[in-house]
Amino acid sequence: MPHHFTPKVVTANALLEGDVVYLTNIDTWTRDLKDAILLTDEADADLRLLQAEAQTGIVVGAYLADMKDGPDGPEPSHFREAFRRKGPSNYAHGKQEQF
Amino acid sequence: MYAYSEFDKNFLASRNAQFRAQVERRIAGHLTEDEFKPLRLMNGVYLQLHAYMLRVAIPYGTLNSAQMNMLAHLAEKYDKGYGHFTTRQNIQYNWPELRDIPDMLDDLGTVEMHAIQTSGNTIRNVTADHFAGAAADEIADPRPVAELIRQWSTDHPEFQFLPRKFKVAVTGSESDRAVTRAHDIGLRMVERNGVAGFEVIVGGGLGRTPMLGKVIADFLPREDLLPYLEAIVSVYNLLGRRDNKYKARIKITVHENGLEKIRNLVNERFVDIKARFSGFDQALLDEINSQFAPPFFKKGDIAIFEKSRTQDPVFRAWSDTNLHAHKADGYSIVTVSMKAHGATPGDASADQMRVLADLAARFGHDELRISHEQNVILPHVHKSDLPEVHKILKANGLGTANIGLISDIIACPGMDYCALATARSIPIAQQIATRFDELKLEHEIGELKIKISGCINACGHHHVAHIGILGLDRAGVESYQITLGGDHTETAAIGERAGPGFSADDIIPAIERLVEAYMELRQSDEETFIESYRRLGLTPFKAALYPDANAIAAE
Repeated sequence: MPHHFTPKVVTANALLEGDVVYLTNIDTWTRDLKDAILLTDEADADLRLLQAEAQTGIVVGAYLADMKDGPDGPEPSHFREAFRRKGPSNYAHGKQEQF
Repeated sequence: MYAYSEFDKNFLASRNAQFRAQVERRIAGHLTEDEFKPLRLMNGVYLQLHAYMLRVAIPYGTLNSAQMNMLAHLAEKYDKGYGHFTTRQNIQYNWPELRDIPDMLDDLGTVEMHAIQTSGNTIRNVTADHFAGAAADEIADPRPVAELIRQWSTDHPEFQFLPRKFKVAVTGSESDRAVTRAHDIGLRMVERNGVAGFEVIVGGGLGRTPMLGKVIADFLPREDLLPYLEAIVSVYNLLGRRDNKYKARIKITVHENGLEKIRNLVNERFVDIKARFSGFDQALLDEINSQFAPPFFKKGDIAIFEKSRTQDPVFRAWSDTNLHAHKADGYSIVTVSMKAHGATPGDASADQMRVLADLAARFGHDELRISHEQNVILPHVHKSDLPEVHKILKANGLGTANIGLISDIIACPGMDYCALATARSIPIAQQIATRFDELKLEHEIGELKIKISGCINACGHHHVAHIGILGLDRAGVESYQITLGGDHTETAAIGERAGPGFSADDIIPAIERLVEAYMELRQSDEETFIESYRRLGLTPFKAALYPDANAIAAE
């Protein structure tokens, strides 16, 4: 069976605050998933991940997370990423109000 | 309680300075994350889903009011105004920034607290019976021994890189409130012919492969404790598997090698180690013992307590569930529920922490305890003070009368915070508590322990719950598996899996059906859930959980 690549974003935690961050199309970091770049090409995704991992002074634990294309940009396709985007469900710590 | 010596203070200060320098080097880019991670873990710093987390040790669950006030200060200054008490009697802060953590550790140092060995493959915070020093059924206060073990294990050079983490629990009572059978080493104080000693249990643990500990020594003389522990841990250190993380805990070492072989190796090693113990440990223990002298218990009239019970039904309900027998006449042990219906189990706001500290200082001989069940205990309160204590608790959202009941749920942080979780725990706990509060049934249901873990690692102790709930990821959806018949006490048992999992929407109705079935099946109101389960077995409960037989066939 041919290898099927599902769309992804590069995500990580900010080194200083620990906040969830996503890579943008200009290789900067955003805290807002809709501003992240959705990567549909595997080679491009792998390269961006390597570049992200090299930014050890800015982020920690970079990885590729599955996403789907939504009307306002990338959207989580798994609940874990949905919780990372939204924050914990037991308190409204700010982020949740947007969703 | 134990007061730090000059040595302790200097050790902690130098350790904190060392970690501060490590954080600075990490931020400046001189340490990579791979280099930094083991260093931060040794100091209790995790990186979770949304932020860093600092886990602070509360040795054997004991705090004084100054320490509790400091925990409140940290919550307010460096976090979002609250902290989370854990199933290992620790407290976790969910939102610190990396740069602030060295300051947090220095602040903790001023009240003789730290975060050392709250993570990593080391001997972790030693836990103990949360009623230690107060329980009516106690042989002796287990905390001096727990403190001795803490001093021995802290920065022990041989045990900083064990095959896996290592947890020790101690109890001084017949009634096991410290879950000793589910620890790498469990210690039960026993007496034989008037001589004090320990029953030593080894190889217990929950997680992926739950196992109850086995008795490796049925009577160990008190003075042999440290050399014997050192013998066990050193045998494990050599024999424990390092090739597979999931087979690295001592429970697997004992299981794979057999208890007899382990016992023989430990006994061999013990002879060697014992010869090198000069007796200093016993001198130290005597010194520690003197610092745990019981407070001066006052004598007084308890008429006001009896009167309040008669006149105030809310107070009566609370005193029925939240008080336990104290060894001193006229005293009670107060368990403050951190499980208000719908709240996050184990969370306390900075204000609540201050209220608890103040109550301890005014009415509780300045002592507080954190239980593995994520509640806060005022271990020594005179009954004449209870109406006032209750009034203050109630005014601060801490008066919930539910200890031991269905809403007194243990829940790990789950996927709301934890990077290892496979599903959420907290919302399930909140919904169960809220639902049974609406039904106004929980007092009628009686004693029932629900424990929820958000992954197979079982921080929420679901295996030893009467009703255990394990959250899993099944094909990209949260799924909750139920186990029944577990027991965390001296009659410890691992629960049986009931059947296929339930979705997040279906789990609450499933629990409701289960509890309804129990209420119909029980022989009398006095027969508890676990007693009914033991009498009847899994079948009738399974039938209630899966009324549709097809669900069982599809398992």
